[in-house]
Amino acid sequence: MAITSRGFSGRRTPSDVTLPPGQYPTTDFPVLSAGPTPRVPLDQWEFTINEGTDVLRRWDWKAFRKLPAETITVDIHCVTRWSKLGTHWEGVSLDTMFVDIKTDASHTLVHSYGGYTTNLPLEDLMDKQAWIAFRFDDDDLAPEHGGPARLLVPHLYLWKSAKWVMGITLMDEDQPGFWESLGYHNYGDPWREQRYQGD
Amino acid sequence: MWRIGTVAALRDETATARTITLEVPDWPGHLAGQHVDVRLTAEDGYSAVRSYSIASAPNSAKRLEITVERLPNGEVSPYLTQQVAVGDRLELRGPIGGWFVWRPEQPEPIQLIGGGSGIVPLMAMIRSHGSAKSAAPFRLLYSVREPGVVFYYDELRKRSENGRSLTITYAYTRATPKDSPRPPSRIDAWLIAEAAWPSKLVPTCYVCGPTPFVESVAGFLSAGGNGPDKIKTERFGPTGGRK
Repeated sequence: MAITSRGFSGRRTPSDVTLPPGQYPTTDFPVLSAGPTPRVPLDQWEFTINEGTDVLRRWDWKAFRKLPAETITVDIHCVTRWSKLGTHWEGVSLDTMFVDIKTDASHTLVHSYGGYTTNLPLEDLMDKQAWIAFRFDDDDLAPEHGGPARLLVPHLYLWKSAKWVMGITLMDEDQPGFWESLGYHNYGDPWREQRYQGD
Repeated sequence: MWRIGTVAALRDETATARTITLEVPDWPGHLAGQHVDVRLTAEDGYSAVRSYSIASAPNSAKRLEITVERLPNGEVSPYLTQQVAVGDRLELRGPIGGWFVWRPEQPEPIQLIGGGSGIVPLMAMIRSHGSAKSAAPFRLLYSVREPGVVFYYDELRKRSENGRSLTITYAYTRATPKDSPRPPSRIDAWLIAEAAWPSKLVPTCYVCGPTPFVESVAGFLSAGGNGPDKIKTERFGPTGGRK
């Protein structure tokens, strides 16, 4: 049972805003990452869908940008408790990128330039739930926010939306990624407040 | 799981920053660099949670310290820096985070670079280095606006006196003390080259501060030949992240 903080009143969220438990709204866009921001020149950028050494699909930047893109307006939720409502992105749906891929894989490990990884069930990347985003608010995605391109999986906490993505590895078994190995929740559903291991 | 911490002591570090010592009977211990979530609850049940870096070294005394900087429009930091009193109870969750940590068994040179209140988790590492009697050589490059807003000044001076394996360089960005060797300036590539460990010694670098500070410092470290896996960062924005 919570103890009361004598004299604390707090700042309430307007009642017309629905946020996941324990989140508060912000209008700026804080940055959280574990190391230096990688700088990936577009002429060296590539993205693969692979099964380890077996590459199923590969795009360079030009080929990637020829894929049909969508505009996306979504709320995003960071495990550090801020939420940003109605963010505008442009990106390619992973449904588009997975067309014609036949796999029995159940899990994925997403890899980034700079070495970051995060794991997601494959089904969470399908059915209009995930994109590779390359524009934010009508500008090219800034490097500190994951540019040239980042994963966008808005129904999970934002650490799952890996910045600087370079590939998705399909796997038969789950394997924890970077933060998932360091005490954060394996799945990360903000509506069930799955912040840390054990939540 | 939320634990209850009782405020055992309060100490002002600057005009806007306060260290809170908490007694937590079931505290499981922590590593230097980890943080803790603090939850405040109003009488009607409304609650707000923020993360704060732990300032104290790991210890067996079931005590920890956090240093909180008051943000102008903060929801939780004004309460923690102005209203909370000795004997009050706060709810805590943690310790949290396993990446931005220093462990006493690390033998390599350590480069700490802090901006403003980004010094707090670095101070936990310096204190842990002292209490573990580690021989790893530490360097701290500490960027602050002016002398009056330096956290832990006397303790840092004592910990860096002759014979200790801690060397400190201050980078004052707006006003310097009279005896400062440099005019006010931000950390740049030149100061990194002069004051930080050379990359050929393969130091582990810990950089903590506001996002633009961390972006620029991590860029200088990378350009100076430090590998990305040797540069650990913790950023905070106006509302996000941890302090």
